[in-house]
Amino acid sequence: MPSANGKLKVGMYWAASCGGCDISLLEIGPRLLELLQIAEVVFWPCAADFKYANVVGYPDAFIDLCFFNGGVRNSEQEEVARLLRKKSKSLIAYGACASGGGIPALANLKSRDAIFDAAYHHNPSTQNPEGTEPQPLVETPLGELEIPEFYPAVLRLRDVVPVDYELPGCPPQADRVWEAVQAVAGGAVPLRNAGLKVGCTDKTVCDECSREKKQAKIARFKRHHQVRPEPGWCLLEQGLLCMGPATRGGCGALCLKADMPCEGCYGPPPSAEDQATSMMGALGALLDATTEERARELVAEIPDPVGGFARFSLASGYLKVAK
Amino acid sequence: MAEIASTAQGTAESPALWEPRIVGFLCYWCSYTGADSAGTARMKYPPNVDIVKLMCSGRVDPELIATAFAHGADGVVVLGCHIGDCHYISGNHKTMVRMPLVRRMLADLGIEPARFRHEWVSAAEGEKFSKLVTQMTAEVRELGPLNWPALLHERGVGHGADLPPWGE
Repeated sequence: MPSANGKLKVGMYWAASCGGCDISLLEIGPRLLELLQIAEVVFWPCAADFKYANVVGYPDAFIDLCFFNGGVRNSEQEEVARLLRKKSKSLIAYGACASGGGIPALANLKSRDAIFDAAYHHNPSTQNPEGTEPQPLVETPLGELEIPEFYPAVLRLRDVVPVDYELPGCPPQADRVWEAVQAVAGGAVPLRNAGLKVGCTDKTVCDECSREKKQAKIARFKRHHQVRPEPGWCLLEQGLLCMGPATRGGCGALCLKADMPCEGCYGPPPSAEDQATSMMGALGALLDATTEERARELVAEIPDPVGGFARFSLASGYLKVAK
Repeated sequence: MAEIASTAQGTAESPALWEPRIVGFLCYWCSYTGADSAGTARMKYPPNVDIVKLMCSGRVDPELIATAFAHGADGVVVLGCHIGDCHYISGNHKTMVRMPLVRRMLADLGIEPARFRHEWVSAAEGEKFSKLVTQMTAEVRELGPLNWPALLHERGVGHGADLPPWGE
């Protein structure tokens, strides 16, 4: 597998994401030196000066491991995704956005027109008297200017190109990243696979969480700025909306160790495709309600079912967009 | 994956052929028997509800409702035993918590409230069943096709599974 100089060729690209994934690769700490002993970086715009033209110049399947973080929001990102697919032996959707849409995919609750309207016309901090909007192609005296086209929805990487592995998490947890890199670099798993999830477990966050479940039913929903949670007791039972039962494990319940409820960044559990409805299913048995009226009252206390339950996975759920 | 829309529904070009397609999840013990009694009593109601019989309305995972809409249903109706009548004691207690949540999610996604109904229908309430189906079909017909697969297609999402392996 290693090429001429014996080193693994590694690439990393960011698309519609916050940049946290690039940082999270550095989070592997001193193991980065180990990685650099077995690998060389051939494309990583965030860390080193590589141009698209460099990648175009590479022969096909030149990059051994290519990490792609972020969703696909515009035509440039799709173009680069297709380019990197061609030039990579193993393309890995890195992080929640590339594998499930992530936070950017919450924009799928609005149409492209509504987004442009908010961003370029009716934003209190926007001054745009001429009503200018970005155009993919503009004629100027100096020639044509082209910018990427803004897509009507945020797509996952696998909506655009076949993906070999998906490494969920916002961002993926450093130990899991290192395990995944070792597995692929060491030849323990094939370079090509059908979008297999790596760097996570086949259980839920609840299975990894050390907090005690007292089988108490939720009597009131609270938000985490309103209460100081009792240590060691399940946050969901305390009325804090924790996505633990509807989220894939792998992070080691990190947020819960810091008294923060799980937000669901590792995506739906293996038993479900759609994280939001999976969470609704789980809540069914957890509420302290014996009458319909009480059930309605309690449910009304949940602030934002879509934004809360599908925060990182709207693009990978069943309905994906809002009408 | 076979889309519900592609079978009986009309298309944008031939809307006259369109008939509302409603998926009904009915519990075996009360609501299905209620629907059956409507049939036995020869009550008239539109044939637009495709009934899925389940052992309990508590079995209706919200995922099933999302799947039905995602595959092209114009409406979904969930019917179960009245609270207190559940054959499994508390199966429908789970339903009564989940359904208002589903309703809120669907509203956030822009699906009109009339497209999703959740009611309790006992084995003796054949008339309630036939009235409910008649009313819901009329309301959904008024709203027109939902056609979620077409919406996904229009926004360019949801075609990932159709890609050939490795793009070769």
